[in-house]
Amino acid sequence: MASPTMTLEVLRYRPGQDHAPEFQSYSIPYRDDWVVLDALNYVKDELDGTLSYRWSCRMGVCGSCGVMINGTPRLSCAAFLKEYYPRPVRVEPLNHFPIERDLVISMNDFMQKLPTVKPWIIREDARPLTEGEFRQTPAQLDAYKQFSMCINCMLCYAACPVYALEPRFVGPAVLALAARYNLDSRDHGRTSRQDIVAGPEGVWECTLVGECSTACPKGVDPAGAIQQMKLASALDWVRNVVLPWGKR
Amino acid sequence: MTPYHRPPRFNWWWGHRAYSLFMLRELTSVFIGAYAVLLLVLVRRLAQGRDAYEGYLQFLSSPWMVVFHVAALAAALYHSITWFGLAPKAMTVRLGDRRVPGVVIVGANYAAWIVISVILAWIVLRG
Repeated sequence: MASPTMTLEVLRYRPGQDHAPEFQSYSIPYRDDWVVLDALNYVKDELDGTLSYRWSCRMGVCGSCGVMINGTPRLSCAAFLKEYYPRPVRVEPLNHFPIERDLVISMNDFMQKLPTVKPWIIREDARPLTEGEFRQTPAQLDAYKQFSMCINCMLCYAACPVYALEPRFVGPAVLALAARYNLDSRDHGRTSRQDIVAGPEGVWECTLVGECSTACPKGVDPAGAIQQMKLASALDWVRNVVLPWGKR
Repeated sequence: MTPYHRPPRFNWWWGHRAYSLFMLRELTSVFIGAYAVLLLVLVRRLAQGRDAYEGYLQFLSSPWMVVFHVAALAAALYHSITWFGLAPKAMTVRLGDRRVPGVVIVGANYAAWIVISVILAWIVLRG
């Protein structure tokens, strides 16, 4: 009996050669233990060495291999062919990002926005290492832990229509990281992040579509982080404008 | 080489269940806004006297107005219920070391909704 096959449709764009991206179909062997990344590797190794895409760890940790699979942003290393077989699998570069080549997107915008929220621990007091670590209780860790699981795969940006329509929006992952540090008991930097978080490019751009949290392969809830920071920013405003005598 | 920009489709929400439901939730605001305008006009007619007020009540009881109010009620319910469902995302309530589960926060919203509705109904209907 002939081995089963399935169709892989890949959006190709070769700068300097193609005017616009076009789909190219490949017939690939179907194996129920293959993920879409295995299929892309098969195309690259056996059918068409010119295909370009990013990948590294193959285990959902590095965040390199995000693509649109049948219209949904996913890590290609975590999407099994058996979820789609016998229907064709259509692979496109992540939505809302410029295409460098084939499935490779330009992440410049994300990389420029990421440091604007200062995603690191900011202390008011400098303390030498010899004085030991800053200790936390399990509850203090629990307050921010899920937001620290982000792998910067940018699937949430591909799921966010606001990011597509308002390019200045710093976006779900960057804001989730701002929340991760704001909620960390060792951090004192919330005020210095507020310019971006509560500014025109921050949380108030979000209309709570909620698909960022659905798309996240690591169980982070960026939509939740953003709504919590909206609430905190609104309370700041109440304290500073409505009740200025309550200002600390 | 300049990267290729794919502009978003103008109907980006069409054909995607979650985006379509989101747009439906956003569109409910049109009904709520129109209802608020009708309510403001009602207050104005009341200030203008009995004839103006009763004429307006007659206008409101026309079949199209009844259809609009049923649609506005449906829109308000859809908006409220979907927002109550999202409330736990915005509110993390802690009691001691434990986080209050989302269903409790949603339940508290519904409870507040019922209590406020009952109080309003009592104020309006007590005659």
